[in-house]
Amino acid sequence: MFSYFVQNLINALQWGSFYSMIALGYCLVYGVLRLINFAHGDIFMTSCYIAFFVITGVTAHFTGITGIPLFVITLVVTMGLTALLGVGIERVAYRPLRKKGANRLYVVITALMIGFILENGNLALLGASSRRFPDILPKVIWNLGPSITITNLKVLVIISAFVVFAILQFIVQKTTLGMSMRAISYDKFAIPLMGIPVNTVITFTFALGSALAAIAGILFGMSYQVMDPYMGMIIGWKAFIAAVVGGIGDIRGAFLGGFMLGIIEIFVTAFLPSSYKDLISFVILLVILTFKPTGFFGVAKSTKI
Amino acid sequence: MTDKKKKFLVPSITVLVMLIIILLAKVGVINNYYQTILMTICINVIMSASLNVVNGYMGEFSCGHGGFMAVGAYVSSILSLILFCPGNSITGHALLPPSMAIVAFPFIILIGGAASMVVSLLVAIPSFKTRDDYLAIITIATNFIITTAINNIPIVGGSRGLMGMKTTMSFMAKTVSLPWMLIWGFVFAALTVVVIHRVMHSTLGMGISAIRYDEISAEIMSVNTNSMKLLAFTFSSGLAGVAGGLFAHMLGFINPSSFGIMKSTESLVMVYLGGMGSLSGSVISAFIFTILLELLRPAQILKWVIIPLMLILIMQFRPEGFMGPRELTQVFPRLKNLFAPNRNLIRPIAKPTEVRK
Repeated sequence: MFSYFVQNLINALQWGSFYSMIALGYCLVYGVLRLINFAHGDIFMTSCYIAFFVITGVTAHFTGITGIPLFVITLVVTMGLTALLGVGIERVAYRPLRKKGANRLYVVITALMIGFILENGNLALLGASSRRFPDILPKVIWNLGPSITITNLKVLVIISAFVVFAILQFIVQKTTLGMSMRAISYDKFAIPLMGIPVNTVITFTFALGSALAAIAGILFGMSYQVMDPYMGMIIGWKAFIAAVVGGIGDIRGAFLGGFMLGIIEIFVTAFLPSSYKDLISFVILLVILTFKPTGFFGVAKSTKI
Repeated sequence: MTDKKKKFLVPSITVLVMLIIILLAKVGVINNYYQTILMTICINVIMSASLNVVNGYMGEFSCGHGGFMAVGAYVSSILSLILFCPGNSITGHALLPPSMAIVAFPFIILIGGAASMVVSLLVAIPSFKTRDDYLAIITIATNFIITTAINNIPIVGGSRGLMGMKTTMSFMAKTVSLPWMLIWGFVFAALTVVVIHRVMHSTLGMGISAIRYDEISAEIMSVNTNSMKLLAFTFSSGLAGVAGGLFAHMLGFINPSSFGIMKSTESLVMVYLGGMGSLSGSVISAFIFTILLELLRPAQILKWVIIPLMLILIMQFRPEGFMGPRELTQVFPRLKNLFAPNRNLIRPIAKPTEVRK
């Protein structure tokens, strides 16, 4: 029983790491722009495909590169390309709307549409045949006890989630860039008067958020090896819900919320039929939101009259 | 024309057009395919107009409309199976004689609507405390909860779905041979538009609109915002339930995955394409969206690339949707001549800029 619990906890931490990393991206963009970037889940999906093509490209042209160097090259190139994608989407779709002063919700709908384009464009371009994400790191399995195993990949995923969180927390709390991000979310009318280049900060935010999605995408591909154009959609929506329960606008909340959702989902599937997974996890999240409407770390905003 | 006559002009033209279409469908000029498109338009009109009450007039962001549609669809289908389908999976035999179908059908649909009103309390009550975007989450979560709950109830077919609602429709056609589905689609769609129009121009509707402009000021002006929210939510989701019932009886087959986030997204798109807080905008966008979907059917999967692209372009040129917050009579003032002047209208033309938060 104990080993079953520990094994599930390890799986839950891995699964929660993905939710966390995606939720962090949502949270960054939401914190700065108050925009629910519904395309974020699909950026995650696209990054997984980008990584796939980078790996096949590199292994086809340079036979010597395998293992850790291949992983590092893929990571860097994919993060760069996905950041470009995120910034490009912001430039083409969101910024013109923001300039015209459209209602915030129209930007949200545009984000939804971008998500559709990424999903179905991918399906139309690459076909419905499922692809298998290649193994790039040699697999190592450690036995921690009776029927408790952990692979190097799981350790890598969990550690990267924590590292990403730490780096992000540092950027947001300690650097000038992070300070301007927090400032924009605090008061977006006064901030341009203080000489802060709002558009540059927003571009950086999108680049950062998309790069995070890329890390999650590569690790997801390596861990589960299935790639599907619609995989980002549901994970993205769920990660967003997790971010809100944690308290959107604070990256600690998003991080915690992601892990919470992962743990709930894995433990529900461990003890009940898997079709109850969504039902129970969302009921729990709804109950939490009813009693704590701002989430764990959210601050209740008082509106001045 | 006097004002008294004008009062009946637009309604009588609408009824006349509907009667002509029904007659044409009866004699077979309009075939089943076009009938299905017309019914889908009716259902989409109900969906987008009802979502506009919450997302447009009240200015909240609800994205779980598909879930309420599912409740209405399932409740009315189960009723219709129990009452009229011999050999159904729930009671095994029909409770009422087939000739009753023609009378019972509207009640079946309305009970479906009432059921989703009850379920919508699930959303309305936590939404009192939460602000703007948290509501989006509550509604998305509700949508997931409803569809997965249905998935886990074996008696309604679980994920395999539920079928047999066509029996009720065929009993109706046997009693009196008319395109019943089309008739009820028209009736419910027209009723929805009229009811929403009346409600939104009443004092109650102005209370709902006041929440969108400034919730705190509304509260100070003695608008009971909680009861307004409750009313708007239950009203809107009840209508979604009606749409769901019609949808179920039109297709004769439903399964939980047809009411997922995709369905909710479609309604959202229709509302924002038409313009927040514009009833005529919702109706027009429901027409355009449904017809566009049908026209692009040959493009297969590319359809879902082309339509979002078009929508994004529309958003770039008209960042408030087709109509913005205006009605058709405000965009084309000449149309006002067709209606009797409304002496009670005090709601100002909404400003496009967002209220400070």
